[in-house]
Amino acid sequence: METPLIEITDLQKVYGVGDIAVYALRKVSLNIRSGEFAAVMGPSGSGKSTLMNILGCLDRPTDGTYRLDGEDVSHMNRAELAGVRNRKIGFIFQSFNLLPRLSALKNVMLPMLYSDVIMPLEEREILAAEALERVGLGRRLHHRPNELSGGQQQRVAIARALINRPPLILADEPTGNLDTHSSAEIMSLLADLHTQGVTIAMVTHDPERAAQAERVICMRDGQVVSDGRGDRHECLERRS
Amino acid sequence: MSITQTLQIAWEGLMLNRVRSFLTTLGIIIGVASVIMMLAISAGAEAAIAEQINSLGANLLIVSPIRGVPGASRTMVYEDAEAIAETVSSATSVSAEQNASQTVKGGSTTLEAISILGVTDSFPGVRDYAIGEGRFFTTEENDRGVKVAVLGYGIAQDLFGEESPIGQQITIGSTRLTVIGVMAQKGIVADVDYDGRVYVPIEIVFQKFMPTAIGGDRVRTIYVKAESPEVIESTISQVTTVLAERHDVDPAQPDFTIQTQQDIISTQQATTEAFRDLLGWVAGVSLVVGGIGIMNIMLVSVTERTREIGLRQALGARPRDVQLQFLLEALILSLAGGLVGVLAGVGGSTLFGALGEMRTEIVPLSIPLAFTAAGSVGIFFGYYPATKAAQLDPIVALRHE
Ligand SMILES: Nc1ncnc2c1ncn2[C@@H]1O[C@H](COP(=O)(O)OP(=O)(O)OP(=O)(O)O)[C@@H](O)[C@H]1O
Ligand SMILES: [Mg+2]
Repeated sequence: METPLIEITDLQKVYGVGDIAVYALRKVSLNIRSGEFAAVMGPSGSGKSTLMNILGCLDRPTDGTYRLDGEDVSHMNRAELAGVRNRKIGFIFQSFNLLPRLSALKNVMLPMLYSDVIMPLEEREILAAEALERVGLGRRLHHRPNELSGGQQQRVAIARALINRPPLILADEPTGNLDTHSSAEIMSLLADLHTQGVTIAMVTHDPERAAQAERVICMRDGQVVSDGRGDRHECLERRS
Repeated sequence: MSITQTLQIAWEGLMLNRVRSFLTTLGIIIGVASVIMMLAISAGAEAAIAEQINSLGANLLIVSPIRGVPGASRTMVYEDAEAIAETVSSATSVSAEQNASQTVKGGSTTLEAISILGVTDSFPGVRDYAIGEGRFFTTEENDRGVKVAVLGYGIAQDLFGEESPIGQQITIGSTRLTVIGVMAQKGIVADVDYDGRVYVPIEIVFQKFMPTAIGGDRVRTIYVKAESPEVIESTISQVTTVLAERHDVDPAQPDFTIQTQQDIISTQQATTEAFRDLLGWVAGVSLVVGGIGIMNIMLVSVTERTREIGLRQALGARPRDVQLQFLLEALILSLAGGLVGVLAGVGGSTLFGALGEMRTEIVPLSIPLAFTAAGSVGIFFGYYPATKAAQLDPIVALRHE
């Protein structure tokens, strides 16, 4: 069997020590295969963001191991983790996180700035323009974020997440700040990416959105309480 | 990440707050300008000193009487100069000087209160002072008190204009003299207007312009030219011995002083040095204050852009990428301040030289030096904010509002 893209074993995250210690993750183990589209659900404070931060190499676990794409990243230093993020992970944030003074094109080009692959400027601009075309913003290359709608801004963020061709896309409530119409657009974009073979892990509170994923990981109190495929699922039922 | 890209990001960061960026660099501007001006003043003073040494004459001793020393029976007289010339072996030549202020008439012009310098024939040699036209008077003319005069360059111009003064008659007080020469143009050096004087044999001053009650052969100054800089000290002690004996005073408490060029220059130098030191302090303090200003503004900038830093980290910026970005921002700020400071310093030095008494000469090397100083300040004071930015936790930074 092929090695999973994500392999976490007994992952723990503890904030603080002693009486005030908060166990954000308690011995979480799970695998995500390459090409999977997984939704992460669960009540507020259940540890979804904590898990995503560790999966995104933004944070390190207190205990346990994390292998990403066959590489043990749980003991890497900050510089090494930055390299892994740049090569292997594309982030989509709830609040878009575009730099307001840069055009859509420049925002999309940001990850290439920190890449080991040196490319001439024109080539980077062409790639960024192509990425924006793929998310339907081919005519908005030189717009600044404040000249774009929320949905368009999130599409710029998706183009930015894809620009270095990472194997993994992590999205923490990507539709949390969007109206229903824009949310649907973003979801269909993610679904397209999924069919193209990109691995996606997405946190959402919306059972409808989660139902579009092929797998739903349900968390409570820092633990995975159910993990399944299909639309009949504990988390989805409780919500609806 | 390439340095040009980092530079570009740093530049964009600074352009977010142009006015603030400029104000931040004021300290650096003042500091750098002070460095440039300080060195320009030093160089100017050195040049002025070299010029003064030339104007006085090389290896010169200047002997002047002190009045009111107990037991001193006589003041300095012409024979003292002759005695020095005869006995002091390391003195290559000796001249005496006595002056008077008189009205000078020549052609159709009358000049009031002109400084008349009675000197001996060796004066031009002792003072390294060249003759412009004609000749200086001879030993014989001096001893016999022949009524001849050598004009300062300016006096010659005032009296005769374009005409040659040689052979012309002038009247000093009520004495008629023949002009035999004009000194070379020299200008004003150390407050002395060399061109506005008339030189005559010292005998004439003794006979015509000194009231006999004061003493007909008293001299104001004796100039002694030493053979070389090495023998200046021994020449001083020989002159002291000779004069003390003649004046019947204790050599340790003489009724005369002997100054060297160095003594004269030192007094002038002291003022310049005091001013230069002051500027040095201003430069140092401004650079430190400027540096703290840069540090402050960089800390503000890091706080304001925490979220941006978090985002860049998430997208793959390594700690040293972030550090370099902010270090470069600090460096650009300080170098921009340095550039303005260099312009201000060069302008200030030029203005200062044009207005004040102090001479300034811009030292070319001071420009790269000032830039280096500014850059070092930028890096030194930018290091802490840049490191702070680099050490931000990406998660905390991303959550920052
Ligand atoms: N930096 C921190 N310091 C202390 N406790 C923290 C920290 N970050 C998270 N926690 C705690 O860890 C637990 C899990 O938080 P997490 O943000 O992962 O929840 P979540 O599932 O993403 O919630 P939400 O749906 O509200 O986003 C919570 O109890 C939270 O208070
Ligand atoms: Mg969360």
